Formats: sequence, structure tokens, C-alpha cells
Amino acid sequence: MSTTNRSRRNFIKNTSALALGSTLPISMIELAFANSNENFTFAYISDSHIQHIKGTRFVRNWDQGLKRAVAETNLLTPKPDFVMFGGDLAQLGSKPELDHGAEILSAISNDIHYVMGEHDYYLDLGAYWEKLFGPQYYSFDHKGVHFIVLNSIRTYDEWTYNRWPSNEQRMLEMAGLDNPNGSPFMVGNEQRKWLNNDLAKIAKTTPIVVFSHSPLQKIYKGWNFWTEDAEQIQALLKPYNKVSVIYGHVHQIQYNQIGNISFHSVMATAWPWPYPSTYAQAEQYLPQLTVPMNRADPFFERDATGWQFINMANGNVDLNFTLNSNKNRSVKFNNVNKRPEDSQFQEQGSQIPPQTHY
Amino acid sequence: MFFIKLKKTVFLLSITSLFSIPFSQADEFTNSDLKRWQQQFMDSAKQGRELWASPTLGTNGVACAQCHPNAANTHPETYPKFQKQIGKVIPIWEMINWCLKNPLEGQPLAADDPKMIAIQAYITHERRGVKLEPGKH
Repeated sequence: MSTTNRSRRNFIKNTSALALGSTLPISMIELAFANSNENFTFAYISDSHIQHIKGTRFVRNWDQGLKRAVAETNLLTPKPDFVMFGGDLAQLGSKPELDHGAEILSAISNDIHYVMGEHDYYLDLGAYWEKLFGPQYYSFDHKGVHFIVLNSIRTYDEWTYNRWPSNEQRMLEMAGLDNPNGSPFMVGNEQRKWLNNDLAKIAKTTPIVVFSHSPLQKIYKGWNFWTEDAEQIQALLKPYNKVSVIYGHVHQIQYNQIGNISFHSVMATAWPWPYPSTYAQAEQYLPQLTVPMNRADPFFERDATGWQFINMANGNVDLNFTLNSNKNRSVKFNNVNKRPEDSQFQEQGSQIPPQTHY
Repeated sequence: MFFIKLKKTVFLLSITSLFSIPFSQADEFTNSDLKRWQQQFMDSAKQGRELWASPTLGTNGVACAQCHPNAANTHPETYPKFQKQIGKVIPIWEMINWCLKNPLEGQPLAADDPKMIAIQAYITHERRGVKLEPGKH
């Protein structure tokens, strides 16, 4: 925890020296161990939605979010061991979008591990993305932690292969968050089998961090804040002592605890999304535990986007959100209550008016 | 309640005009009228939904639905309200135009443009059942 504070101070000093503004939408993740020599950090950038207009033109607003995140990642002190990108690099999965996003990310002076988002996938089912970034699901070990990356945004074969007259149409149908022609996300049989085998080699005491694009829990089906086989994934992760799932897609702060698994979302660099509870016609299950982020002020382009430091003390994730134009948030694992809690706003009486969404 | 008042008003109006125009049944409407009027509204709301998801409403391909799925966080039930960045009480169409000009990098619509009406029909329809709270933030 002391390392977190130190790195945050350094970080703020560096950025202010370069007059880059107070905050940028990336995620800083720190894994702290009992022996602080083993501590390490990684950064997390997600949901940039690079959107091609035509020719050499891209939507300026979304470009700026990713560029700021990249600039700040390079200023982090201590330097992170690696960077995660949480999916939805592109808006409509096209080569120009993925190329342009990859070029912006190429300024990062670290290795980057990528997660597949639905906006990257449904044009060519990830073919071009794989060429640029590698396999769609994989695992790696780093300093005593087992990291797993899943492609959680696949869906039923009938929808993917037989329903749409063109790949472009398929991409457009899945790109609309509220489009009733969409289809629920899922990890699927093939990856669940792979996950089972991958986990078989891992000691039950090894901390596990799973990265997915969609939440591996069910929140609201209508916007795919949802993974159809979430319970089956949770069951595979159940035997392990310390499991954290970190996901993108939702463009907002969410956290939850289900059994042994802590869930955390990360912020988008592109734009914020409303909480599903604000859609009057929706039946939704936002985790009771979550204290929402402040309502976005549309007049500030980067408002309600943000970045996080994550401190993995004793194998649990402590997540520090740094938010543009807003007070920072800190969601830490409470060892007494055995769940993540906001360090300032968890009690109902301490919440502020912008955290009430309606 | 509303319909009773309306009927009275229409009735009075029709009495005053009795002497100048032929008798008409202005106070009577049928189920098929109700259906037709509802259909007129739903057609407008449907057009509004198409505009909401359209990449060509602005100039940069960004659609309203990208940030406001199902028109969530638009809050038509709270307008007119004070918008601090504009510094005065505004109706919702002015806020829609703010979005057209900024995130969508497009042109504003006139208040009575059928497209503007359709957009309001759509977002209000998505918000149906929520009580009016003018001015709320």
C-alpha cells in the first residue's frame, strides 16, 4: 500500500511537470506482496473505440482519449512491468481502425497484452486482430501470479455464421449496445475446456487474475453487461483461494464479490455509459455493493473516463480509480467483510448527489 | 381527468361556433381514433429511434445511441431545467442540439423540425412510466 502511495505521488509529480493535466484514462495496477521486493505494477487501458470516418480521418474525441492514456502510461513511475489493453480498440473492427489504434499504442514503451472486444471481433471474427496482437485467449505467469485472458464476447454459432448477409452487417448489429438484434456474449465450450486444462496446472494458493472484455457475471442482458456462461466460468475458478476478474465493456465503475471471486470493471478511454438501472424499462442486477461513479458531465469531453492503480495486497485487488474532473475513488478488499469496498463512499450516508443515477 | 376537462373546453368552443359553422361532433372520438393517434405517435418515435442510432445524423459517424443506449441518461422528464454550462433554463431540444453540434460534429435542428420532434418522441417513449420531475438534477 505504501508503494501505491509513493508511485501515485511520483506519477502526479511527473505529469504536472509536463503540464498534462491532472488525470488520464488509463489503469495502473499494482500487485503488492508481503515481501515488497516482489511488488510489481502494470497499467490497464480499455475501450478506446477508435472510429474511422473516411480516408485519414478518425473521430477526434475517441483518439484523444487513447492518446492521453498512452502518453501517461509512458510517464508512470515506477515503470509498470507490462500494459493490458482491455478490448474494443476499434469501433467497427476495420483494418484502418485496428491499424490506427495499434499505431497509437505502439508509442508505449512496454509489452502489451490484449483482450478481445466485440467491436474488434465481429467483422472478421478476429482474423486481422490476431495478426496484429496474437491469440484470442491465453495465459501467462508473472512474479507468482497466474494471468488468464479470455475472449468472452463470442456468441451462438447460428447468430455468428448463419444470420447475416454480410460480415459488415454482422459487425454493425453487434456494435449497437442497445440493438435488439444483438446476441448474448459467452466464453463457450472450446475456451472453457482450455481454461479447465490451464487451471489444472495451477496451485490452489496461487493468486489468479482473469481478464475478460465482458463481465463474467450477469448484470443486464439487454446491453450485454452479461456473459451467458458466467456461472460455469465461476465454477471453474471456485477451488482457488484468491481470484480476481477484471473486465472492460461497461464504461463505468462496477465491483462485486461472488464467493471467492472479486470482480472489478475498468474505465473506458472513449466515453462513459449510463448504469442499466437508469433505463426505466430494464430488468437489471447492478451489484448491490457497487457505489456508482459520478454522473458524467457532457460538457467535459473526458469526464467519466479514468484510470486505476491496482494494488494486489495479500492476493486481493485494491483498485484506485483516478477520474477526470472528479474526486478519485478507491475500492479496496476489506479483509473483515471479505469483499471490495469503496474507502470513502461505501456507506449510504457518505455518498454524494452525483452518485445517484436515475 | 384530463380528458374530462378537454371535453368541456371543446364543448364550450363548439357552442360559441354553433352559429357560424354547421354542427360538428368535435367532442366525440372513437377507439379507432385513439388507435390512429397512438399510431401517429409511435411512427414518430420509430423514426426517432432510427435517427438515434443513425451514423449520418451528425458528420463524424457518431450516433446518439453510442453514449445513450435506449436513450438512458437523457431525462426528458426533468426538462425544462437549469443547465449550468449554458447558464439558463432550457428545453430538452436545446440540449439535443448541443449534442448534435459537439459529440456528433453536426448541424443543429430547428425546434419544429420533424426530426427533432421524432427524437423527442423516442426518448420520451423510452422514459415512459417515470414521473415528471421538472428542474431535477
